[in-house]
Amino acid sequence: MATRLAMPPKGKKDPNSKLHHQAAESADRRAAAKNKWASILIAPTLILLGIVIVYPIISGIVMSFQNDSGLDPDTGLFTDGGFAGFGNYTGWILQQCPAPGGGTVACPPGTLESQFWNATGITFFFAAVTVTLETIIGFWMALIMARTFRGRGLVRAAVLVPWAIPTAVTAKLWFFIFAFQGIANELFNTSILWTGSEWPAKWAIIIADVWKTTPFMALLILAGLQMIPGDVYEAAKVDGASTWQRFRYITLPLVKPALMVAVLFRVLDALRMYDLPAILTGGANGTTTLSILVVNQIRQGFNSAAALSTLTFIIIFIVAFIFVRFLGANVSEGSGVIKKAKVIK
Amino acid sequence: MTQAVATSSGRPTESTPGRRAAASRERWASIRTYISAAIIVTWCLLPFYWMIITAFRDVAFTYDTAFYPTHVTLDNFRTAFATDAGNNFTLALFNSFFIGATTTLIALVVGVFAAYALARIDFKFKFVILGVILGASMFPGVALITPLFQLFTDIGWIGSYQALIIPNISFVLPLTVYTLTAFFREMPWELEEAARIDGCTPGQAFRKVIMPLAAPAVFTTAILAFISAWNEFLIASQLSSDATAPVTVAIASFAGSQPQQEPYTAVMAAGTIVTIPLVLLVLILQKRIVAGLTAGAVK
Repeated sequence: MATRLAMPPKGKKDPNSKLHHQAAESADRRAAAKNKWASILIAPTLILLGIVIVYPIISGIVMSFQNDSGLDPDTGLFTDGGFAGFGNYTGWILQQCPAPGGGTVACPPGTLESQFWNATGITFFFAAVTVTLETIIGFWMALIMARTFRGRGLVRAAVLVPWAIPTAVTAKLWFFIFAFQGIANELFNTSILWTGSEWPAKWAIIIADVWKTTPFMALLILAGLQMIPGDVYEAAKVDGASTWQRFRYITLPLVKPALMVAVLFRVLDALRMYDLPAILTGGANGTTTLSILVVNQIRQGFNSAAALSTLTFIIIFIVAFIFVRFLGANVSEGSGVIKKAKVIK
Repeated sequence: MTQAVATSSGRPTESTPGRRAAASRERWASIRTYISAAIIVTWCLLPFYWMIITAFRDVAFTYDTAFYPTHVTLDNFRTAFATDAGNNFTLALFNSFFIGATTTLIALVVGVFAAYALARIDFKFKFVILGVILGASMFPGVALITPLFQLFTDIGWIGSYQALIIPNISFVLPLTVYTLTAFFREMPWELEEAARIDGCTPGQAFRKVIMPLAAPAVFTTAILAFISAWNEFLIASQLSSDATAPVTVAIASFAGSQPQQEPYTAVMAAGTIVTIPLVLLVLILQKRIVAGLTAGAVK
């Protein structure tokens, strides 16, 4: 309003062009005013995120190129670190540790460096297995919850319970369930050292994670399902499409945007998995994820840990990029779909 | 069945056997739905139920496998709150509450303006900023922990409340902005204009029309933000001290009345105390929580 009133009269002859000019200018000004207003409103958020995220990342990257200060194994004197180049990164990626006499040697087994590729492997293994299981089970749960039946409210309430329990408590709960004399061994009449041996430990973590996070997946997929108009199914039924065909050619493609967003969120979340393995196994028996490795390394040396956390960040970033770029997880479109679903419901 | 055929005589009907088959198929489908629903409810609630009945079970019968409450006692809750074993659960509850509430408050006060701009104003780089905020919400906390650990060590903040609140903002603030933006987009903002036309001042329009409309959205977002801060474990486990440890950290390192023995029943009691308020809150606000979860599409 104010911008239009403030328009100074121009001495142009053609009244039409003047009007156009005025309109364009006032639109410009209104846009500029909007931009200014929006940036004032958004600035505090961006500044705060800059302080709590960008600053630590940059200082982490700077740290990752420094040597850890400490006692020089060669001279026995305290050294102040200094520039390390890519030394911290090669320690993790190429498994090259500084040798006592200068130069590098292959990191001996037992060092944290030597666990890097195993940790990367197990992190991806956990992410792949848990997200696959959660997608399948979550889809099934969503299909059930989308049906109309008495007690549907109860089911929808029940799935929120695992989601609401803190992961640390979930871990303790499953630790008890998987205890040697616990209910899991009793029920299946087995005597497995669940959290104390290689594969059972992995499965214990996977089961606990699936229990905890499938509901989230199911709710996101359900939101996507509810956006599909019912008459599409009616039309397909009339045309003689089987249940499987209706699922394959209607449900799946229409729910795909929401599904991809849900999968993306879960994959990124699973790649930083820490709470469950840290509490269930402490990272023993080949369950050390990248996050656990970072935390273990912090006690040994900040700079090397900074290199590892930067690597973890890069790995997760690459996975996110691949998802968005090649698998078509369009986050804004997907959440738009979810939003519409809510309106329709 | 025959009755149904008779009443719908107005239009051509299928033969009775066909109808009967369809009806029985439908009955089967409905039975299958109920069985599936029962499986889902059992799978989701059984471990939770197990935690609660264990919490009320005498420690001597920790491994009792009866599916109903046996050897009921309140001792575990007493152990959970007893400080002689080195636990300070009351303090941990306070810490969690304080850290969660402060984080939520900061995130809301700052985030509500950004969400308003993102939902209501068309401006340059709007989608870039939305993308940045969404990306920030997926940011791995482990990438923050090393630099923050060193920084907080240098300035002597390790174990302080601010050392736990600041990192929490990194994931609570993006979640707050994103969820609020989704809520604000759906609000009937034209009512504000209507109120202005009807003679309200901008302040009145905001207080009498926008506030009551936005309050549930802000409240739901606050709950989601609080839950995510309450559940945080990784950062708190590294940056807290005994005096500031939140419940997640306290439970993870719980000590029982007998050393060398995992105090399962007391841990389950502590877990029950931590979980019950959340579960109740979530169940009461079920519809809104689900809407907030899926609208923001963030954990």
